[in-house]
Amino acid sequence: MLQVENLHVHLDTPGGLVKAVDGVSFSIQKGETIGIVGESGSGKSVLAHSLMKLNPEPPALYPQGTIHFEGQPVLEMGKTELRKLRGNDIAMIFQDPMSSLNPVSRIGKQLIEAIQAHQKRPKQQAREKAIELLEDVGIADAKARMNSYPHQFSGGMRQRVLIAMALASNPKLLIADEPTTALDVTIQAQVLDLLKGIQEKYGTAILVITHDLGVVAHLADRILVMYAGKIVESGSAEDIFYRTSMPYTWSLLRSVPVIREGGPERLIPIDGQPPSLIDRPAGCAFEPRCPFARDACRQVDPPLEHREGNHSAACILSSNEFEEQKKQLEGVLTT
Amino acid sequence: MSALLDIKGLHVHFPVKKGLLQREKSYVKALNGIDLQVQKGETLGIVGESGCGKSTLARSIVGLQQPTAGEILFHGKDYAEASAKELHDMRRNVQMIFQDPYTSLNPRMKIGDSVAAPLKAYKKTERLESRVKELLELVGLNPDTHYNKLPHEFSGGQRQRVGIARALALEPELLICDEPVSALDVSVQAQVINLLQDLQKQLGLTYVFIAHDLSVINHLADRVAVMYLGKVMEKSERGAFHTKVQHPYTQSLLSAVPVPDPLLERGRERIVLKGELPSPANPPSGCVFHTRCPMATERCKNEVPALEPRGLSGQEVACFYPLVEKQPADAAKDPLYV
Repeated sequence: MLQVENLHVHLDTPGGLVKAVDGVSFSIQKGETIGIVGESGSGKSVLAHSLMKLNPEPPALYPQGTIHFEGQPVLEMGKTELRKLRGNDIAMIFQDPMSSLNPVSRIGKQLIEAIQAHQKRPKQQAREKAIELLEDVGIADAKARMNSYPHQFSGGMRQRVLIAMALASNPKLLIADEPTTALDVTIQAQVLDLLKGIQEKYGTAILVITHDLGVVAHLADRILVMYAGKIVESGSAEDIFYRTSMPYTWSLLRSVPVIREGGPERLIPIDGQPPSLIDRPAGCAFEPRCPFARDACRQVDPPLEHREGNHSAACILSSNEFEEQKKQLEGVLTT
Repeated sequence: MSALLDIKGLHVHFPVKKGLLQREKSYVKALNGIDLQVQKGETLGIVGESGCGKSTLARSIVGLQQPTAGEILFHGKDYAEASAKELHDMRRNVQMIFQDPYTSLNPRMKIGDSVAAPLKAYKKTERLESRVKELLELVGLNPDTHYNKLPHEFSGGQRQRVGIARALALEPELLICDEPVSALDVSVQAQVINLLQDLQKQLGLTYVFIAHDLSVINHLADRVAVMYLGKVMEKSERGAFHTKVQHPYTQSLLSAVPVPDPLLERGRERIVLKGELPSPANPPSGCVFHTRCPMATERCKNEVPALEPRGLSGQEVACFYPLVEKQPADAAKDPLYV
């Protein structure tokens, strides 16, 4: 359904050209859930915004690569075509539900506006549809709530309203950019449940962007791990979590505390900081922080290579070599 | 043995004016009867969602917030009754690390000067520079190259290290950490958590560690207090977190945390709470959790359950119907029990 091929997105800033997305390829099938994991500055949000060409231009530039949505080249679309694509076929929800809603306009009015922007419906019908959508996303007493203002809603309810708005025109793809980061855990669980329910009911494909490994483990069928503007590992949830083949992914998994029997183990932090995207050093971008780095890593930037099944990783170590190295290091760490 | 910090029946209420003429007064009950003890050298974890009062508690402990009722004893001495001189000394002994490393440092002050500020305030200016360098080294910063830098030249994790160095400058016994890692990226979070653990061992520090993230709390704390709407719902020992949890709220919190393990995630049964946190201005009658509790009965609406040892584990819990401790047979069915 969506095909991204060797995409480069650069941001032209006074400090220099930021290579936010640096040669990324992937595709999304109908009805599947894809998770993009990465830290801040890994380029995951810029990538998500480019799928609808939402990055402000300038500073964004698309020097190379293509994006096709159902065969149509997105990057070559004009204003009218983009307007049709955005909201109709692809919809997006953002991290901060407060700043995405107009604070001085009633929830109902904003929803009706969103519906009428994409579908020619008389106001009364749009209103009924709006109430139906609010009920769908689990807002109690939807009819009365149409007259509320955003500040009268809690964070979780606002995120529900935004999801309702995104669903207004039955999109084929829903992009969720850190949808639960601003929410409390119990509310996060409600929203994740809701997203799953929507997928089952409408068959919408979902692209969820997050830094939380738990959230992708819960939601995603397929996971892309991003580091410094590139995809460094991709595969099914099982591939990523149980057959990890890229040192960055492994380090990420070992650096988060997990509640488990036998008490907590000492965390293994990733030393240093993510690299600057302005002048990227030669070789693998993770090399300065990688516990398995060797001389060759400073010269070669390994491409994303096919491993087993749908699993790919960008590392000069083969899966078996990495497995051995990992065991050695874990042995050293536990003793 | 008397506790280092002893909080007894702490209430903090904020008045809000209401009505046309602003004459009606009502209260936001941020803390509603908190009893907690912290022993020397241990880490007390406090966990709860936003609005449960955990930050108000932190502010009360460092003496930034006057209690409405109740007392906070530090080394057996009440804040409210301490003389100005004693208070001066108590404040030196209790320091705080803040959540946001971006706003808690003065952007125009050099890192070295920020760390030196508390030393100057307490007139400990002998060998000031070497002491500051010692502190920078202690938290893993480079004492020579970092001393004269400004905060904007630092990443979030490095700034948090500066915040820790500053808090340690006066050699406090007790450190209050208010969400110190929640603004950091995951890979950097682990660096700061390990640093805090190492410093505790090295300097014999006592921590009150506040966070909304259960896995972080479980990782660090010797004892955990779970808060909801200004009350402590349950106290739990280290490592007992997922086998001995008795309060339905703690259990739902625990089940809401997504685990980075897809098979486990798919097999788990989630308790998804209905609705949202009620307003602390108008808390529910009886047990404050009854409006969202899956097990609530009539009794919960009318009576307030006391925080006392209940159930098989004997852990303190404020619930009439504490969940029974998991038996090994149940545990086999529960994927979280690995």
